[in-house]
Amino acid sequence: MNLKISALEFVNEVKNGNISAEDFVSATIERIKNVDEKLHAFLEVNSKAVEQASKVDKKIKSGEKVGACFGMPISIKDNICIKHSKTTCASKMLENFVAPYDATVISKLKEQDAVFVGKTNLDEFAMGLTTEFSAYGPSRNPWNTDYVPGGSSGGSAVSVSAFECVASLGSDTGGSVRNPASFCSTVGYKPTYGLISRYGLISYANSIEQIGPLTRTVKDTAFLLNILSGLDPNDNTTIDNDKDDYLSGIDSGIEGKKIGIIKEMIEDGIDPTVLSATNDAISKLEGLGAQCEDVSIDMVKYSVASYYTISATEAGSNLARYDNLRYGYDFPVEGFEFNSYISKARTKFGPEVIRRMILGGFVPSSGHAGKYFLKALKVKSKLTKEVNEVFKKFDYLIAPTVPILPFKIGEKIDDPIALFQVDINTVMSNLTGIPSISVPFAVSNGLPVGMQFLAKHNEDKSLLQAAHSLESTVQLPEIPI
Amino acid sequence: MTKIGLEIHCQLTKLESKLFCSCKANYRDYQPNTNVCPICMGLPGTLPRLNQKAIKKATIIAMALNCSTPEKIAFFRKNYFYPDLPKNFQITQLNIYGDTSIGGPGMIMVGNKKIRITRIQLEEDPGRLIYEGASSKNQITLVDYNRAGTPLVEVVTEPDFENPKQVREFLNILSDLLENLDVSDPGLEGAMRADANVSIKGGNKVEIKNIGSFHDLEKAVHFEITRQESLHAREIPIIQETRHWDDKRKITISSRSKEEELDYRYFLEGDIPWIKIGKDIQEKLKSEMPESISSKKERFVTKYGIPDQVAVVLSSDKFYSDLFDQSHTEKNAKEIANIITTDLMGLVDTAEKRTQSKLQSSHLRDIADAIQSGKLTRTSAKNALYEIVKSGKELSQIIAELDLGNVSNEDELLKIVEQVISEEPQALAEAKSNPQTINFLVGKVMQKTKGKANPQLTLDLLKKRIS
Repeated sequence: MNLKISALEFVNEVKNGNISAEDFVSATIERIKNVDEKLHAFLEVNSKAVEQASKVDKKIKSGEKVGACFGMPISIKDNICIKHSKTTCASKMLENFVAPYDATVISKLKEQDAVFVGKTNLDEFAMGLTTEFSAYGPSRNPWNTDYVPGGSSGGSAVSVSAFECVASLGSDTGGSVRNPASFCSTVGYKPTYGLISRYGLISYANSIEQIGPLTRTVKDTAFLLNILSGLDPNDNTTIDNDKDDYLSGIDSGIEGKKIGIIKEMIEDGIDPTVLSATNDAISKLEGLGAQCEDVSIDMVKYSVASYYTISATEAGSNLARYDNLRYGYDFPVEGFEFNSYISKARTKFGPEVIRRMILGGFVPSSGHAGKYFLKALKVKSKLTKEVNEVFKKFDYLIAPTVPILPFKIGEKIDDPIALFQVDINTVMSNLTGIPSISVPFAVSNGLPVGMQFLAKHNEDKSLLQAAHSLESTVQLPEIPI
Repeated sequence: MTKIGLEIHCQLTKLESKLFCSCKANYRDYQPNTNVCPICMGLPGTLPRLNQKAIKKATIIAMALNCSTPEKIAFFRKNYFYPDLPKNFQITQLNIYGDTSIGGPGMIMVGNKKIRITRIQLEEDPGRLIYEGASSKNQITLVDYNRAGTPLVEVVTEPDFENPKQVREFLNILSDLLENLDVSDPGLEGAMRADANVSIKGGNKVEIKNIGSFHDLEKAVHFEITRQESLHAREIPIIQETRHWDDKRKITISSRSKEEELDYRYFLEGDIPWIKIGKDIQEKLKSEMPESISSKKERFVTKYGIPDQVAVVLSSDKFYSDLFDQSHTEKNAKEIANIITTDLMGLVDTAEKRTQSKLQSSHLRDIADAIQSGKLTRTSAKNALYEIVKSGKELSQIIAELDLGNVSNEDELLKIVEQVISEEPQALAEAKSNPQTINFLVGKVMQKTKGKANPQLTLDLLKKRIS
């Protein structure tokens, strides 16, 4: 069984009767058994996946109406709720949390006959960009298992790139889909804020995060977006996209389009390999008939500080409910004094969560809000204005997804500030709500480099066309695993 | 000078569902923790789903209290830990970043006193804590989340009250107003709660929390003024603090908890985008608002000639004014107003009695018509009303069953008149010189007929007999 096929290819193969969903899913589960001990993409594998795939096969045979996924094996980041299954957020705090309901994206995929092969690893509560902050141990980059796969949707990216599934859903708060997609050489998508319902995604920084697909091809992302996008009464922030078809016109090309190269994202600290890959991408785009030009977005230099201030504030509030009253773990309660209780109740949070919760308690507090939180909001609003202004002139913006190459596990974990800085190229689209995508572009010394496109609000369809154009110029080596 | 300000929390009990999910807004009939869902339990991954009707109802309240209504409103998170709060933050409103609360400054007249409203905000009610256990040592705290997420409107006033009496009058007016708007049932337990702040002689402000009923609010304010005055008299400084109302001992107690130091870290609730309530929607809501109490009163007086005081009583209670409007015709309006305010009020003075009452508006119409046509005396009417409230039977049936019909048969009545005259020779003699005494004799006849004698006929017969 060839597992190295795209989602659309899978659908065609099953539709045409060349393969059965059951055989493919079964081979996928076998693959997970073989490689995941090393990669640790999964926190839990769905023991009923093969059975569920065979049900889809039966539907096909009996001529029943079959959903667009035809039994496609998909992995789900373990901060998205699937009814009756554990959703841990890679945290000890939710070690035994079984969601009593389906996230909207899960309901939608179920309707389309997708099969969930398992829940993937992440940095605890999606806070991190290496997956090293998982309470259950790090995932490993399939291109070189000494290296981090990126994060926080590291498990999702690993599972797609190592052929442990056809596609995956991650979540992107400051780059958490695009960063691991870049490090593992998959497509990673952060839609316009509100395009995909967040109902059932366990909140980290709810005002800026989105669920996004990780796939092998840009077309696969468009295919999933057709299923996942649209208004949801359970999420007040969703937007009406008129049931747009993201696959139609995806071959439209990029000729005559204006692309701005964001200067602040290729300056200080950029790895020379990444810079040369970026220049390479620019010439390829020009070869396709696009006009590329440098553009400066001044506020980018404050964006990481703004991002961490805002996300910590929201995290401090969103995670406040984990007080060990309703979910958590047993511990000896000595008296009822609040401070002693809450300090014990939270001892099992990992270091990154604790760091951000402390930050989140401080930056919006009275007496400090003006200096930190409110200032961060001002940066966000100025950045949005600047970006809107830039899009009057350009159709797309481009920058490498991550300014550096994947690094070794353990290399940066003790230097939070250095880690924070890695987010500089991705947080802008979260702060401004615009769509962005990471496309596999190069492999240098066996380590992947992803290129990021950004478009203005609600221009998701056009963005996918641009990404597809660049993708079609690239031929990458196979992963070694 | 004494200054009192109030924060009134009022549940929108007339709404079908909670503020952010489809669980019932009226949780009172449920076993603990059965009127809950993933959203109001604040389970990981859930998001608030805004109840648009709550926005409308709260806007109507703001309008009725003459508050400004902004075109765009926002929700905020108030972050604090408490076991009754499923998410450990409450979704509420405030005005620190511009006027984003559902109602801005307004005012309401309490008698001749103008009470300024600071703002009106819409928020979610927390769950309920129940303390059980024999002694304080082995006390346990139970949490019931049935109430969590119930839509709550908070009315904040300026410190314009000068005494507990004004507070009580305001509360009466507010509770009548909310009932009249059909947004709340102030009679339900816990539907109305309040905090108050009190200061005397320009001194420090003391906040009293946890006052569970309007009745206790007046008492709490009274207690607090007395406490502060006695401290002042003995030249003991009054500390700015938060005190709790102990509803068992009926006193306020200093809360030594850390609550005063709380920093709520307010910030915008991103899961609920800003809500536009444009001028067109506001106009529509205004036009759909129920008739106000004052305009009802005005209508009762000018259109039906109902006396001012009767009209005030009738209009301020939605139950009575609805009953009145459903039952009266132009002709019997005054009679019906009379029946409601003199006879009915005693029969249905509690929420429980009202729900049990079998009275229909048609009953009132029948009674009024029977009185006006002389078929029923007022006394008999009162007895009939009592039976109707109890059984819901038709008036004609009750007249027959209880023999309430008037004694209008001249011969029969004459016999009774003769009997009374023979028993009261002194009164008869007096009546000849003093016409007022005749009323005494009419009364005697009424007594003998258990109030059924046709009053006019009795009077005519007596007059004839005397002269």
